[in-house]
Amino acid sequence: MEQIPILRIGRCLLVTIQVDMHDRLAMALQDDLTEKIVATRARGVLIDISALEVVDSFIGRTLNNIAAMARVLDAQTVVVGMRPAVAITLVELGLSLSGVKTALDVDKGMALISRLIDGSVASADARREG
Amino acid sequence: MRVEKDELVPCRTADDIVRVRKEVRARTVALGFTLVDQTKLVTAASEIARNTVEHGGGGIVRLQVVNDGVRNGLRLVFEDRGPGIRDIALAMSDRYSTGTGLGLGLSGAKRLSQDFSIDSKPGEGTTVVLGRWK
Repeated sequence: MEQIPILRIGRCLLVTIQVDMHDRLAMALQDDLTEKIVATRARGVLIDISALEVVDSFIGRTLNNIAAMARVLDAQTVVVGMRPAVAITLVELGLSLSGVKTALDVDKGMALISRLIDGSVASADARREG
Repeated sequence: MRVEKDELVPCRTADDIVRVRKEVRARTVALGFTLVDQTKLVTAASEIARNTVEHGGGGIVRLQVVNDGVRNGLRLVFEDRGPGIRDIALAMSDRYSTGTGLGLGLSGAKRLSQDFSIDSKPGEGTTVVLGRWK
């Protein structure tokens, strides 16, 4: 069965979606990622969708779900590389991806995840000290 | 309106949804649609194809290249013989969902198309038509 590879880089998991995802593959990614987050104790998930020519409501919902599940498992999700035509279409479709943080490219996404992780560490420290 | 080309693609399984996206993309490219217009129609087709598979029990989609005397366009006719939709106005409203989705399928596809129509009879099936012009 096809699978979308998940790479670990430091505290982060990196997923690059390179195929037009059918619904089962999207569901499988969701399951694989949650398991990997727990197994690797990852604090961040970076999903590169720059190769995706279409994001419909199903794929959008999957991205939202992944972000929500990751958050429950104490990991931050950032989606990067959305094509302009996809962004325009998503908004008109009515999907705001409000639960998902986004960045323009992988570099900016990594920087955002680092800030989010360090930010949550800092606020936890502040709570302990306060 | 003249139908210049009429092709039939099955729409029965989750894999067919991907195939419909691919076929619609190829037609919009051939017709010279802009990238944004291509993406809008492919996305709308994906939403309706999923409805056909999940709610209509599978069906077909006709890909029709049409000409109204001035412009070329692509018309997509999705047909199933499923249970039909009892209350179309309700089904068309944003966030209304009977399945596992977000309820954006019909209303979102309408926003992404220039032409949209839906015809459904309980017990007989549903036909959805999407169209965009060059």
